[in-house]
Amino acid sequence: MFMNLFIVIPTFNEGKSIRETIIKVKGETPEANIVVVDDGSIDNTFKQVKETGVKVLRHVINRGQGATLQTGNEYAVRNGADIVVHFDGDGQHRVEDIKKIIQPILDKEVEVVLGSRFLDKNSNIPFTKKFFILKPAIILNWFFTGLRLTDVHNGFRAMSRVAAKKIKITQDRMAHNTEIISEINKNKLKYKEVPVQIIYNEYGQGFFDGFKILKDLIIKKIL
Amino acid sequence: MLIQFLIILFSLFAISRLFKKLRSKEVRNTEFYSWLFFWFLVIGATIWFKETDRIANFFGVEKGADLAVYVSVLFLFYLIFKLIVKVEKQEKEITKITREIALKK
Repeated sequence: MFMNLFIVIPTFNEGKSIRETIIKVKGETPEANIVVVDDGSIDNTFKQVKETGVKVLRHVINRGQGATLQTGNEYAVRNGADIVVHFDGDGQHRVEDIKKIIQPILDKEVEVVLGSRFLDKNSNIPFTKKFFILKPAIILNWFFTGLRLTDVHNGFRAMSRVAAKKIKITQDRMAHNTEIISEINKNKLKYKEVPVQIIYNEYGQGFFDGFKILKDLIIKKIL
Repeated sequence: MLIQFLIILFSLFAISRLFKKLRSKEVRNTEFYSWLFFWFLVIGATIWFKETDRIANFFGVEKGADLAVYVSVLFLFYLIFKLIVKVEKQEKEITKITREIALKK
């Protein structure tokens, strides 16, 4: 039996794919509370989500994925969530993996579960993305957070209520992935990685986005 | 020299603006006096620029003008740092407001 499960889906200008993602998530986990956080989209994303009937929160202006996830977390915690799942709105995550990612929390094994595309060989990761973005990110992440993980920029994760309350995402843009791991370490939350498959329908973050993340992390260290 | 004339002219213009801002209460007294002191310092250093070489020598720099450039660069770095801090703080505030609006609806 599921506890009070909240699936937070951040979205920004994904009018073409968001509807399909929501329908799939609904089909796989009908008992879950789906919360879509629209990060100030300028296309028809908001309308598309509204039509599906799920809860939709809207940022009046674009604030970045980190800010969007924190909004989702706060909504979920305020509404009694026992487990919060972060699930991308662009169709990169498989709904079949949701049960897999929440199971260790249901079993009271850990407080946070992180999806990893490197624990098995199911994700068809583009070569340049793997060796020039994701692998260097793992090393940098280790340096900034103190935790050595197999995958760091995977937005698929689950957290218990306790963890969702303790993890404060202050990095509004893409550096939030590293910040979440840092928060896990800082709050001494038990965590584990589980293999998930990533579907590469588009390239996602580019090489220069990596530099933006690095800049955000360095500024936070200095300030 | 033309450059001295231009620097003094600019400083006097800055001082006149400063007085205007004081009258309209856009600057606090401490800010006003700090800036006034700074612009008089600039005027003084421009008129008696040979004297600034002695101060520069004390710091191990040959010319007063060079020292002024070094100090200015350091000051600008500090200013940029302060601006980054301020912008970051404002970004956080904007996010907070945006979030509250989203959660209230």
